[in-house]
Amino acid sequence: MRAPTFQHMPSSTPFWWVAAIATAFVVVGLVSAHHMESAGHWVTGMNNRVVWGVPHVFAVFLIVSASGALNAASIASVFGRETYKPLSRLSALMAITLLAGGLTVLVLDLGRPDRLIVAMTHYNFRSIFAWNIFLYTGFIALVVVYLWMMFEPRMNRFVGRVGTTAFAWRLILTTGTGSIFAFLAAREAFDSAVLAPMFIAMSLSFGTALTLIFSALIFSIRGDGLPTALMLNLRRLLGYFVVAVAFFVMVDHLTRLYGAEHHSMERFILLEGGIYPMLFWIGQILLGTILPVVMLLQRRCNTLAPTLVAASLVLVGAFCQLYVLIIGGQAFPIDIVPGFSETSGFFDGVIAEYQPSLAEFGLGMGGVGLALLTYLIGTRVLAFLPTTGFDSGPSS
Amino acid sequence: MSCKPMKKDESVPLAQHRRTFFTQAAAGVSLMALAPGVRLVELAMANSEDSLPSNDKRWGLLVDTAKCESGCDECVSACNSEHGLSGHGRPETDAQWIRKVDLKDEQTGHELSIPILCQHCEDPPCVDVCPTGASFRRADGIVLVDKHICIGCRYCMMACPFQARSFIHEDLTGQKTHSPRGKGIVESCTLCVHRIDEDQEPACVEACREAGHDALVFGDLEDAAGPLASLSRKTATRELRPDLKLNTGVRYTSF
Repeated sequence: MRAPTFQHMPSSTPFWWVAAIATAFVVVGLVSAHHMESAGHWVTGMNNRVVWGVPHVFAVFLIVSASGALNAASIASVFGRETYKPLSRLSALMAITLLAGGLTVLVLDLGRPDRLIVAMTHYNFRSIFAWNIFLYTGFIALVVVYLWMMFEPRMNRFVGRVGTTAFAWRLILTTGTGSIFAFLAAREAFDSAVLAPMFIAMSLSFGTALTLIFSALIFSIRGDGLPTALMLNLRRLLGYFVVAVAFFVMVDHLTRLYGAEHHSMERFILLEGGIYPMLFWIGQILLGTILPVVMLLQRRCNTLAPTLVAASLVLVGAFCQLYVLIIGGQAFPIDIVPGFSETSGFFDGVIAEYQPSLAEFGLGMGGVGLALLTYLIGTRVLAFLPTTGFDSGPSS
Repeated sequence: MSCKPMKKDESVPLAQHRRTFFTQAAAGVSLMALAPGVRLVELAMANSEDSLPSNDKRWGLLVDTAKCESGCDECVSACNSEHGLSGHGRPETDAQWIRKVDLKDEQTGHELSIPILCQHCEDPPCVDVCPTGASFRRADGIVLVDKHICIGCRYCMMACPFQARSFIHEDLTGQKTHSPRGKGIVESCTLCVHRIDEDQEPACVEACREAGHDALVFGDLEDAAGPLASLSRKTATRELRPDLKLNTGVRYTSF
């Protein structure tokens, strides 16, 4: 197979339309952040019981997806699969922009985003959060170097080595993100080592779904479709990754269901918790797992349209999963005095209320818009778009 | 603009000029170099060894639940008044450093009421997870938030097993100089550290005694002859969430 060649994204009406829509999302995000910061967080649905809300669902989604977005590049340079090589540059660009989008949401949701410099100069190395700051910034730096190796012909020989380092780094990064929750010993819904590998599987699944959607979008803006061989390979991979996530979700719940200690919490998440069981069964399991797996692993649906529908369903499931995990996990009351029922004016012993505000969704969508906008700008500035080098059929 | 030329006989001798300049410059530099040093000595004198928190002590509270009356919230009111926690009529987002919780034994139906506040753990999860080190534990066991470096990420609130921390969700008014607070950061019970440093007891303890209940006993957990140790010897005490083995500084008795 010939080595792929690349080009800049040519100027076109569809390009500027998509860029304008992404910019509009960024503006909505900035206005939302300004509203939340100037009025204070009381205008959001977050409170002293549910301290992380929809912005964190978006931020974790983007950060986890960023790691998975590097799949195409990793498969090409670490595992030597030529089919993915044309997508390597776009894959690395996407990893950086998704991470930047996620981190922006996270920072703008801080109580004091103006103290970002404090977060970069004061470190408590016992905190997994502090470690994650290094993992995220290190990942961006490493992927920039990775891109340099890909772009500069004289450095091409190092692509494999840098790609392998980036691959290892992103596994650690997602382990770190999962550990933010896994290390919370005080809360029943978290406090589980299985969250770390589950987040790795989630990153592979969400990142591949976004790769399919972003790539289809960028190719259609240029006026051609996503090459069939790439699409077929990506859709099959996505099917396997969705099954992997489902496996870890099942193991997590079965482990908790085994001991009486967590029965109340499991009953809450799976049966009686109102919106949370609904999001779990309908959003995460039915729409986000069963339907896409059936569509992705069936040969009858192997055209672009059903593949993109399946990838979108995976993303719907991703949001539901993170909503149930992050917000449902906080809504379930902490049993401060085991063996006693608790009541107070501070909502002890009751399910915490959380009604997400528009501003929170606005901020989250701003992060998505920023990721897309910077992705588009990247394709205009440097030659990211593959023009040749595509395989003619799916590789086994 | 006119410029009057200087006459030759009016000129100041150059050597004299130089001498004056160097003398004044030397004085200025010396002052600049010494002033911070003098200031440091002053600060060091102010914070003598005796006034610094020491790990010879570990401040704590013992709550006698038999004396803590259901429906009484004198400790909560005293805390709010001492620290200027006025609230905005929104209980979900208003700050609360201490709260009264009614408990009912699920097996026997026995009912009691206890105050829950920051438990000033020996191994505080909030301190472990804080990315900037804003949450810290003083040598004398008091867990505090450095409000200058808290970024408002709320990870400590996720980690606290007692839900004892509050995030400041909106603008503040009526702040107390001894208890500075700020929108967008996290705070919790300071055990009235400003009073302890002046050899007084926390406001909640004082209010409970004045209300005639005397359910809160403050003291040094390390002092074998002190009130906490002597009370603990007479009756069994327990900590909240003993499964986490945090060795809390706030302990409960009579339940």
